[in-house]
Amino acid sequence: MTTVKDWRGVAAEDTDQADLSDKVSLLLKERSRRLFVDLLRPHKRTLWFLMAAVLIENAARLSVPYLVKEGIDKGIPPLRAGEGADTLLTIVAVLLGAVVVQAITRQTFLMLAGRIGQQVLLTLRRRMFAHFQKLSPAFHDDYTSGRVISRQTSDIDAIYELLETGFDGLITAVLTLFGTAILLLVLDLELGLVALLCFPFLWLLTRWFRRESARAYRRTRETVAVVIVHFVETIGGMRAVQAFRREGRNQQIFEDVNDDYRAANERAFRLVGMFMPGIKLIGNVTIAVVLIYGAHLAYHGEVTVGVLAAFLLYLRQFFEPMQEISQFYNTFQSASAALEKLSGVLEEEPSVPEPADPTPLPSAAGDLRFEQVSFSYVEGRPVLPNLDLRVPAGQTLALVGTTGAGKTTLAKLVARFYDPTSGRVTLDGLDLRQISDFDLRRAVVMVTQENFLFNGTVADNIRFGKPDATDAEVVEAARAIGAHGFITALPDGYSTDVANRGGRLSAGQRQLVAFARAFLADPAVLILDEATSSLDVPSERLVQRALRTILAERTAIIIAHRLSTVEIADRVLVLEHGRIIEDGAPDDLIASGSGQFSTLHTAWLESLA
Amino acid sequence: MTRIPWAPPTNAEGATAAVTSAPAADPESTVPPAAGGGGARSLRWLRRYMRPPNSAAPPTPTGGGGVRSLWRLRGYMRPYVGSLVIMGSSALVGVFVSMSIPLVTKAMIDGPIAEHEYDPILPLGLLALALGVVEAGLILIRRWVQARAVLGFETAVRDDLYQRMQALPMEFHGRWQSGQLLSRVTADLSALRRFMGFGLLFLIINILQLTVVTILLLRLYEPLGLVVALSAVPIIMLSKRFETRYVVVSRRVQDQQGDVATAVEEGAIGYRAIKSFGRSDYMEKKFAARTQALYETSIEKVRLSSRFWTFLEIIPNLALVIVLLLGALAVGRGALTTGTLVAFVILMLQLIWPIESLGFILAMAQEAMTASDRVLEIFDTESSVQGGERELVDPRGHLRLENVSFHYPDSDELVLRDVNLEILPGETLAVVGATGSGKTALTALIPRLYDVTAGRITIDGVDVRELTLPCLRRVVATAFEEPTLFSMSARENVALGRPDASDDDIAAAIELAQAQFVYDLPWGLDTRIGEQGMSLSGGQRQRLALARAVLADPRILVLDDTLSALDVHTEALVEKALRRVLARATGIVVAHRASTVMLADKVALLQDGTITAVGTHQELIATVPAYRELLAADAETADELVEMGGEVVLR
Repeated sequence: MTTVKDWRGVAAEDTDQADLSDKVSLLLKERSRRLFVDLLRPHKRTLWFLMAAVLIENAARLSVPYLVKEGIDKGIPPLRAGEGADTLLTIVAVLLGAVVVQAITRQTFLMLAGRIGQQVLLTLRRRMFAHFQKLSPAFHDDYTSGRVISRQTSDIDAIYELLETGFDGLITAVLTLFGTAILLLVLDLELGLVALLCFPFLWLLTRWFRRESARAYRRTRETVAVVIVHFVETIGGMRAVQAFRREGRNQQIFEDVNDDYRAANERAFRLVGMFMPGIKLIGNVTIAVVLIYGAHLAYHGEVTVGVLAAFLLYLRQFFEPMQEISQFYNTFQSASAALEKLSGVLEEEPSVPEPADPTPLPSAAGDLRFEQVSFSYVEGRPVLPNLDLRVPAGQTLALVGTTGAGKTTLAKLVARFYDPTSGRVTLDGLDLRQISDFDLRRAVVMVTQENFLFNGTVADNIRFGKPDATDAEVVEAARAIGAHGFITALPDGYSTDVANRGGRLSAGQRQLVAFARAFLADPAVLILDEATSSLDVPSERLVQRALRTILAERTAIIIAHRLSTVEIADRVLVLEHGRIIEDGAPDDLIASGSGQFSTLHTAWLESLA
Repeated sequence: MTRIPWAPPTNAEGATAAVTSAPAADPESTVPPAAGGGGARSLRWLRRYMRPPNSAAPPTPTGGGGVRSLWRLRGYMRPYVGSLVIMGSSALVGVFVSMSIPLVTKAMIDGPIAEHEYDPILPLGLLALALGVVEAGLILIRRWVQARAVLGFETAVRDDLYQRMQALPMEFHGRWQSGQLLSRVTADLSALRRFMGFGLLFLIINILQLTVVTILLLRLYEPLGLVVALSAVPIIMLSKRFETRYVVVSRRVQDQQGDVATAVEEGAIGYRAIKSFGRSDYMEKKFAARTQALYETSIEKVRLSSRFWTFLEIIPNLALVIVLLLGALAVGRGALTTGTLVAFVILMLQLIWPIESLGFILAMAQEAMTASDRVLEIFDTESSVQGGERELVDPRGHLRLENVSFHYPDSDELVLRDVNLEILPGETLAVVGATGSGKTALTALIPRLYDVTAGRITIDGVDVRELTLPCLRRVVATAFEEPTLFSMSARENVALGRPDASDDDIAAAIELAQAQFVYDLPWGLDTRIGEQGMSLSGGQRQRLALARAVLADPRILVLDDTLSALDVHTEALVEKALRRVLARATGIVVAHRASTVMLADKVALLQDGTITAVGTHQELIATVPAYRELLAADAETADELVEMGGEVVLR
């Protein structure tokens, strides 16, 4: 029996954000700071300009109540005395000037800040993208594509959010806060000190709210994510939901997670519902106190009416930044957590680095050698212990063995997704580590069962193998692989959009496209890792015929479950625990009658029946 | 001093943007300022609020049904009528309280200070204090009541939407993108909540405040009152126009952000393909082009908004300049007291928010109407697959397809034509056919995920359309070729159709499907799998799906090529176990391997949507070339298979 709460199960990745958000403080860590400074460096001059604009803007804004005071105190008496409006007009002109200056500097500030922000984002986006591409497959294997994506989307968004709303808000808030405090004290020290008595209360309230709201905010984020995931998966898996009468249980779960979300939201609402009136209360009490004390002082002639009016106007401005700052905290927290993660990624070095001084390999023959190669993913647990192997140019080699025998590892070493732990892999006598990425990828291509299709047309996807290929070459490649028939039958032929990661093509068709792509790339060494597993029998047969021609000219390494694919190989290696236990031409191995391959072959023949 | 604080328009939109990642937008960052104060800060709040709804939700044209749609949702607010009354009255009283504080200030300046009387200072001051406390108290009450009411409303609508979506048939889900549905339960509901809790209230309150304060200002000093009243007009008009333009640019930014995100996704998921072909430069160029486009639109957005915000700030400031000039002159002439001038300035600043926000609240109302249209669109969709009335008591599982034809709702092309099949209780039929021959459609028709477009399907002689859906789907269970795993515990995934299954039943189903690997997961059966948890291999997924179908213990078991991703060894084990299950139930097995076909008593060959041959495997191998073509690994062995046929079947 399961209760509503158990359904979700346990997963390790829940810790990904949690561990960071607790540690984030207002001080950026060294690494993040370096990245931050680095991103802003090109804008150093603009930043000075920006700083000037924001200072002027705030000075202009803060001067408005002061000028109103001047108008009341100094502009009105001459009028009353019948001495003309000169003073008043001067003050009003200055006020008008201040308003205009404020508008101009504000517009300048918003524009400049916006531009810098966008440029920083642009740089950061591109840098992240390029860096992820540069990092090695080993990194991607561990890091998972989901996290690669969220680094480049939600984390960048968090920084965007900060730049768009927080940045400008914080600067203005801080300047207003201190500017107002100073002005109040200058206007009247005594009354100013009375007004500033509210400060400790504001500080305490804000601190409390900041802490609580950060927690509440995280909770709403977590709960809404669960609601969304559950919803999206229900919709996506509607076939299974309906076929298995899952609706009732799902409704129960959904109402439960939806209620969690509601509760989290309610908590957040109520926090704000206390914070806002709290600020209001402090503000109103302060104003009442200033009013009483100010009237008392005015009665005794110690302050003017204008000063009192200016106080009331300034106090209005004074209470807002508190909210601004507490709001900013959440934005800042997300952004600094994001920056922390991004800077962490940017400091990763590719474990398979490009050679600094590569030996050129303009055209490879395809002669592969493993010289005493050892490899382990985890230290002390070698997947390939001490392998020696030569694959002469032009040979088609099939790798056979159980899961975990090291077939894929061997293939990945050839494609230099990994470097050997010891020993070396050479192509035409050159250590792979000496060959530039450009030359290596031109010479060695690996096709896996993933068959990722990029957004775009079928032709675009085939052309991925050789971006400058002509249409005729694309069609030629498709023909060679036997994909031409189904492609021309698609609604728009080669121009058909393969939207949604190739959703419109069947698994087998996607595989054919991937083959055509590899064929067009025309590498000296071709690696097929389980590349035919999702083809149905007629398509597989088609591909096999094509493979015979494709493989004829080049070195090939084939990994396959289905022995039908293996049959076209010149040579078969049976691997077990990373060691070669059988090696020979397929017919010879079968003829021997006793080896593993021969047993497998027999089993396979039976499975066909 | 008072600007009435508003509801936090918390938004879930941020979350919808990235389903798998944490939402970027802070729900509480959209809290508008509570204390008064000129433009800058309230504007910043507006700017946050103005983040447009999720791009996944393109605007549905509203055919004027908006107000009616909103009204139709009133039922959801019914439990909160009391709350609404409290909210409304506390907000209303708040308007008057907040307005009276500056009047006390005026009395203070014109009374004790001007007249030089000491005694009224303290009483007036205490009055201001009391009013201030009351104001804060009213806000507290309103916000607390509001939180419960609007969130209750939102939650209830969301629950019902979810229920409705689960009840709608596959025909509906095939038509609707999940992003569209998601944006309805998130962005649209947030829009509704915002309007219900905030927009509607302040639409009324602000208009009221605007009217009352303007009248007050006019009465305080008519010429100045007019200046203020006139300055409201361009602001309201302009903010509404700006809103429209801003939304357009924002949508474009969102679209382009979507393009960038797609490129990011390609770069991440297609990483190995990119690496294999050494195409990172190519991808980076593509990415650079998209980020450049995004950058340019974003700059346009910055330009547009920076101008507008500046404008919004300068108008009240200019009004202030005029008020000060004319007001001081009036005071000089003795037409106005100093206290009145001070009160006037403060009151005028209080008006900034209602004026500025009015345009946005109107836009919000429009948004809410569109949102309610979109929500009701789901509620109003008729389900094309309605359950019948009959229940099968003790079903035997006698399945017949009679002249069945089928085409998908969005196309006229027949996927199945005139299919006739009969499967006796306990019998197993294999369906063999090339890709695209209609096998999957056939399996979807039996549990009525889709309905036949001609002919009928019967179980024990009863048309499936006459059965209640729960009854039908209890009788029929399906294991799909591409099994859907949910981000839940492995147990929950297996027990999908029977949440109350005992541990023993689950264990038995797991064993039968050879899915014992689940016990080796880090938390065993409690391990979360699926997108948000452990990822499983294709073979593992298929075995779980099989366990799921077996656990449902159906009379009719449909296996849609469930074994394709298994290796030879596991497949043999699973097949052995399946034989036991299929012996107890009526089975349909979609297969494209000979070994799977061997599970069945007879085979039907499906070609271009119609059955062209039915018989035993060896009969078909011997007599039907098309069948041989499909099941033999290559042409040469096909001939061998014919010879081997008899012997194989004997095993």
